Amino acid sequence: MTLAIVFWAELAIKIGIIAVAVPAIGMVLGFAEMKLSAHMQSRIGPYFAGGRFGWMQLMADGLKFMQKEDIIPADADRPVFRWAPALPLIGTMALLVIIPISAAEFGIIQDLEVGIFYALAISSLSTIGVLMAGWSSANKYSLMGGLRAAGQLIAYELPLVLAVVGVVIQAGTMSMQGIVEAQTAQAWPYVVTQFLGFAIFFVAALAELNRIPFDMPIAESELVMGYVTEYSGFRFLFFFLAEYVNMFTMSAIAVTLFLGGYWFWGIPTDSALLGVIVLLAKSFVLVFIMIWFRWTFPRFREDQLQTLAWKWLIPLAVLNVIATGAFKVLL
Amino acid sequence: MVIEQDTTFQISEVAVSVEIETPDMTLNIGPQHPSTHGVLRLIAKVDGEKVTDVKPVIGYMHRGYEKLAEVRTYPQITSIVNRIDWVSGFANEIPFIVAAERLMGVEAPERAQWVRLVLSEMARISSHLIFMASYPLELGAATPLFFALRARERVLDLLESVTGGRFHPNFNRIGGIKPVYGSGPTTKKTSMDVPAGFLAETRDAMDKVLGTCREIEDLVAGNEIFLARTKGIGVLPVEVGADYGVSGPNLRASGTDFDLRKKADYLPYDQFDFDVAVGENGDCYDRWLVRLQEIREAVKIIQQAIDGLPSGPIQAKVPKVIKVPKGETYVRAENPKGEMGYHLISEGGSGPYRLKIRSASFSNISMLAWILEGAIIPDIIAIMGSLDFVLGDVDR
Amino acid sequence: MNKPLGYGLLVGMKVTFKTMLQTWMSIATGGRKGLQSTVNYPKVKEVPVARARGVIALDQENCTVCMLCARQCPDWCIYIEGHKEHKEPTSPGGRVRKRSTLDRFDIDYALCMYCGICVEVCPFDALYWTPEYEYSELAMGDMLHDMDRLQDWMSTVPDAPEIEK
Ligand code: SF4
Ligand code: SF4
Repeated sequence: MTLAIVFWAELAIKIGIIAVAVPAIGMVLGFAEMKLSAHMQSRIGPYFAGGRFGWMQLMADGLKFMQKEDIIPADADRPVFRWAPALPLIGTMALLVIIPISAAEFGIIQDLEVGIFYALAISSLSTIGVLMAGWSSANKYSLMGGLRAAGQLIAYELPLVLAVVGVVIQAGTMSMQGIVEAQTAQAWPYVVTQFLGFAIFFVAALAELNRIPFDMPIAESELVMGYVTEYSGFRFLFFFLAEYVNMFTMSAIAVTLFLGGYWFWGIPTDSALLGVIVLLAKSFVLVFIMIWFRWTFPRFREDQLQTLAWKWLIPLAVLNVIATGAFKVLL
Repeated sequence: MVIEQDTTFQISEVAVSVEIETPDMTLNIGPQHPSTHGVLRLIAKVDGEKVTDVKPVIGYMHRGYEKLAEVRTYPQITSIVNRIDWVSGFANEIPFIVAAERLMGVEAPERAQWVRLVLSEMARISSHLIFMASYPLELGAATPLFFALRARERVLDLLESVTGGRFHPNFNRIGGIKPVYGSGPTTKKTSMDVPAGFLAETRDAMDKVLGTCREIEDLVAGNEIFLARTKGIGVLPVEVGADYGVSGPNLRASGTDFDLRKKADYLPYDQFDFDVAVGENGDCYDRWLVRLQEIREAVKIIQQAIDGLPSGPIQAKVPKVIKVPKGETYVRAENPKGEMGYHLISEGGSGPYRLKIRSASFSNISMLAWILEGAIIPDIIAIMGSLDFVLGDVDR
Repeated sequence: MNKPLGYGLLVGMKVTFKTMLQTWMSIATGGRKGLQSTVNYPKVKEVPVARARGVIALDQENCTVCMLCARQCPDWCIYIEGHKEHKEPTSPGGRVRKRSTLDRFDIDYALCMYCGICVEVCPFDALYWTPEYEYSELAMGDMLHDMDRLQDWMSTVPDAPEIEK
């Protein structure tokens, strides 16, 4: 009886954390993107809403999306169209669960034995949502966007996984907590030995997130708005939110795998608060780089993306795996 | 509809072809689409992402200027023609005014000609800066847009300070440039000559434009992704271009130095020292680079012109009510977009009998169907963007 | 052209980063020198140049209802009506003087294309350009300015700018 209560209470708290974290992260990152992009283009960015710095801009935007009419095209596959936006968001939330924030008891929402495996599996969920959206919109541009996303997923899931394999070999575990602990133990983040892996992971993550230079599924100059062309109102908001939170979770996973997660020289690893701060700081550096890329580079062409994946990233990743394995055996 | 991703992509040199029946899909690009520069419509038959057949449809913006010109007087037409290609309005007026002047046998005084030249080079800069802004945007890079627009703002401010209009100056008059504010007794003295401080401002703005060129070059020219997207894409051989009537930077990028500023005499360009930017391969990248060079050359021309701006009247003696004697003439000029010409036929009235407009963009996009065939959708956008057309200039 | 692969990407990133720092500097110092091309519009007003063609002002005193402007306007958006007024002779036996007076002088700014021909042709200096630009309306019909409204614009007519020697 008491055990059941504890279980449900714990679950409620966990769900509550995630439910608060997702929109909060989405808003912070969305706002950061607005402001940073503005500054990179020598604009001021939002400045009106909320007085100083326009900090309420995204809340105002969110409110605006809520009020908008939820338009479903007449030819759309209604149930699929309705549920497609939920998938990326669910995928994102499921990812947040396995990111360790400290070595303390409640330092991770759920530590899985196969944490990173789970993460890689779940992260492709959002692409299914994209594909569903593209397919069900009854719009040729959306369809193309969805199919591009699918093609991208197939091409980039492989380097993503292979890049992670190096870390897994080195750490000897697939648990996220375990990987961070291994890095804490050796007091060096894996990016030193696994730099190639990190670079490949980052590029592949960009492709997976549909960020420039790999944003062909959206490609507003070619496909209008890609798979989100027909979406409006809060369904669009879902895609929008998922995009930004995904950016964060991908960065957080990269941080955990390659940059030592919540660990930093001289900072105790068993304090949840410090751990969160370190993790957030490191992730924001990666997020900043993503934003920086986006506002500097043009986008690739679809076939160039495939070339990059199959001809460069995958062979390099395989090489990385072989080298790591060899070292592990020899040393 | 079954679209098989693998059938369409050329993975490097090896064409992957899997034998799966894929019906062609008709894709309407435009008339409302982010990258058609207005209301161009392409009916494309696509097999996956590969375009097998494309049919451009124009005319959504037809405003009937040629017919309108027949029922308007010469001063009124000036204000209409600068709306043809609205990103370089000033440059559109010149060939028309020169045509009317030639029929009437008047010639604008030297100072007026130089002012015309300076302002039309400014129009060229602002038009090319728009291209510098929009082209990377079409390839996905948004930042050059703001760099280019910032410099363009300065140029437009200068245009406004002289003519009173940023886009539609309506500043040329038969026999010179707009002489006075009004024609009444008091404003007669209010000359419309260049305002004080204009020359210094121009010098300043030209430095700014050069700085922006450098910034854009850093940001875009060496960027490997940009190179991958534009090098070798949409190659236009000179002969094909000439057959279709392509002109301007689009043709020069293919390796010819056909430039009416050197070859025609509508403005005193022969007194200036400048080079004609010429490309080599005729691909998207060269078209981009030629325009960047042309901005630099235009800056060179303007700098020379403001250093040696002659003094004197800005308006020749013309009758108050303008009637053009019977006759016909064709005047062509190098507009930012290419060759712009007016075939003016006059029956002696206060308006033309017929005004045939040869606009650059119309001829430039006439080869769209040829050049887009076999391209894939991202390349369509890259190629269309690199042709730098304005729909007002196409449909008139 | 022997740059290592990725060099161009890095140069581009340098440009955006530099711009970002510059923007921060200019925001921090409040100076905004050189970087900002626009103004924070509703709070700060843009000052157009003196020759800017913003809106047309009418000096009713000068207008003689000659209709030249209405005839020359390329899209015929000036509507003029007038009548002749007879002034009693000041001395007995003197001439009856006639004076044309405006009844109606409307410019439809929804139609006007700001070409300036009307200002240019008016032989009596009744029309002037002013750079004022804040007169947008919610309804199209309100863009029709009547002669009193046009007269009001007279107070905003700037002095002619000096001419470069
Ligand atoms: S500016 Fe041109 S269009 Fe407007 S009222 Fe005057 S003549 Fe007509
Ligand atoms: S041209 Fe001048 S004087 Fe004649 S009607 Fe028009 S405003 Fe009045």
